[in-house]
Amino acid sequence: MKLQEPRKPEEVLAQEYTAGFVTNIETESLPPGLSEEVVRKISELKSEPEWLTEWRVDAFHKWLEMEEPKWAHLEYPAIDFQKISYFARPKGEPPKSLDEVDPEILQTYEKLGIPLHEQKMLAGVVETETTPVAVDAVFDSVSIATTFKNTLREHGVIFCSFSEAVESHPDLLRQYLGKVVPIRDNFYSALNSAVFSDGSFVYIPKGVRCPMELSTYFRINAANTGQFERTLIIADEGSHVSYLEGCTAPMRDENQLHAAVVELIALDDAEIKYSTVQNWYPGDEHGRGGIYNFVTKRGMCRGARSHISWTQVETGSAITWKYPSVILRGDHSVGEFYSVALTNNHQQADTGTKMTHIGNNTKSTIISKGISAGKSSNAYRGLVRMNPGARNARNFTQCDSLLIGSECAAHTFPYIESKRRDSIVEHEATATRVSEDQMFLCQQRGIDPEKAVSMIVNGFCKEVFRTLPMEFAMEASKLLEVSLEGAVG
Amino acid sequence: MTLLDIVDLHISVEEREIIKGIDLQVEAGEIHAIMGPNGSGKSTLTNALAGQEGYQINHGSAHLEDKDLLELSVEERARAGLFLAFQYPVELPGVSNVEFLKTAVDSLRRANGLDDISTVNFMKELRQLVKKLDLDPEILKRGVNEGFSGGERKRNEIVQLLCLKPRVALLDETDSGLDIDALQTVARGIKEFRSPRTGIVLVTHYQRLLEFVQPDYVHVMLDGRLVRSGDASLALELEAKGYAWLEN
Repeated sequence: MKLQEPRKPEEVLAQEYTAGFVTNIETESLPPGLSEEVVRKISELKSEPEWLTEWRVDAFHKWLEMEEPKWAHLEYPAIDFQKISYFARPKGEPPKSLDEVDPEILQTYEKLGIPLHEQKMLAGVVETETTPVAVDAVFDSVSIATTFKNTLREHGVIFCSFSEAVESHPDLLRQYLGKVVPIRDNFYSALNSAVFSDGSFVYIPKGVRCPMELSTYFRINAANTGQFERTLIIADEGSHVSYLEGCTAPMRDENQLHAAVVELIALDDAEIKYSTVQNWYPGDEHGRGGIYNFVTKRGMCRGARSHISWTQVETGSAITWKYPSVILRGDHSVGEFYSVALTNNHQQADTGTKMTHIGNNTKSTIISKGISAGKSSNAYRGLVRMNPGARNARNFTQCDSLLIGSECAAHTFPYIESKRRDSIVEHEATATRVSEDQMFLCQQRGIDPEKAVSMIVNGFCKEVFRTLPMEFAMEASKLLEVSLEGAVG
Repeated sequence: MTLLDIVDLHISVEEREIIKGIDLQVEAGEIHAIMGPNGSGKSTLTNALAGQEGYQINHGSAHLEDKDLLELSVEERARAGLFLAFQYPVELPGVSNVEFLKTAVDSLRRANGLDDISTVNFMKELRQLVKKLDLDPEILKRGVNEGFSGGERKRNEIVQLLCLKPRVALLDETDSGLDIDALQTVARGIKEFRSPRTGIVLVTHYQRLLEFVQPDYVHVMLDGRLVRSGDASLALELEAKGYAWLEN
């Protein structure tokens, strides 16, 4: 008699990563290695003004004195920073418009489903009734193109690559660069400050509601290269912006380093909504390859009643070390962090947030959903700090873990530091497993086990997906499905 | 036409034989009731037929029409037309009833080479079903069984039954824990499912449900065997005399 095949959700097979192709173009890159000379060379390649060159060099020297953080719940071999190339860009003259961009690169973005043609997007509006999204496409160390720049300019919105901002908006840049994430903040922010290549710059003027979603799409293509981008978003008084970022990389057996810095500043009554769908190459099912994602993201609610909201969907990277945080300085300011972090196979994530309450009546909300499958490890790390001057501050934290199978791990490290008696801090946490009964119910209704797991995981993440812009929510949910592939046998 | 054909089936759980040789033939259009005390093996039979893990088939066969159920995975059995209404329906937090049922319907349709059902038609039908089972239409947006009362869960099982339209329904104590109004509602749903094309196996403790759904056959299960079979009057006799009457 044949015994019923066991359908346990813990058997891990191969995982499909659809963004793992390589674009064949000629790249010019700096040889591996890091020194003051390399830092100066990057600055020179980008024709930067002296103040920025010196800022970088200062950061490099600070970095030399710093040590790699070891407190995260992560295990990986030491990174040899001399083996990494710190700058890579497609060969030839930088394109001045979209027409001059190498067709191979354009094709790359097309394959990834990122629209770089404004007309196409507009045509799409009629067809699908979706609103257009302005895109800044960063390929290795340089920005390839930024769309809808003119439309945005009519509203006074500045959306351009970081390099362009250095040239055209040096005053704004100087005023805000490194103010939210200081050079010395941590080892990786210092490294980024020394060698950062490109990224996006956004300025929303007073009272303006940005007429479309802004987004940056990061692609690492070259081998043995790190990507070190910087994003700076300034929302002036009473303005509003929603910004999305996505990231992918080819499948390679070597690990690659990605160390970004993102700074957000919201002045009085301004609102910034920042969403990330992080899909860097996670490595294969044996834990070979994948991106090391060491990222510092922080927002400053500088003005009264300002509002910063982070939403992240983290499915990629071999290692994720990331804590998008908010400093709540303005009275009545609001900080939010919504996170879905999924790890499968040998992936490791140590992610969470820091909410620092300084102003009166400040409020923060943290909703974190961690999903672990395969042999992966997933940790939530959060800090809620109520400073002595923060009258009537409130925080609500909900931290849920979902386990698929019996070889994975979930950890929660919540820290609460309250210096006041009138603050209210709530923390709720759950840990559950995808049960065999749930699987049996789904399968008995005719649903494939793979589909069942992704449906259950999607249900678990619903509260977070609700905060994403519509199209991103769909992409995120599809991504979960792909990332879970092989999580059931 | 025989829909469900079970021949000399023996089933063990953790090396212990629970079902000790069962024969059951369900013809199209028939309702069979299986009655028996706790622990007699009723749920073991239905769960094993649906393919749940942990049940070892030692001997015998089970076919749904020409399909050998024991060779199929859980979802393949469902796609072959087998439905199990659960005794204790579990929650799927955050997975809305609509999403769950649409996914299930489409999975069954795809297995039969059909396109996905149109959302408009599906929603129309589903709203009617929910109304028929006296459930608040709001439950369609809620997670599957999430925060449902016991009675709501059981009625939701019947919504799924009527929505998925299987050939054979195994109803595992769908009547337990229901008040009299809910019992009548559930009975109405079962009668609606009954047709010359479908077969029903009702597993129950009490003959209460059978007052509203008239079975063609009643079987009594004791210690893993069907020890007595008869028509609906057997249920009444059991009610009067108790199971002890059939022991020995």
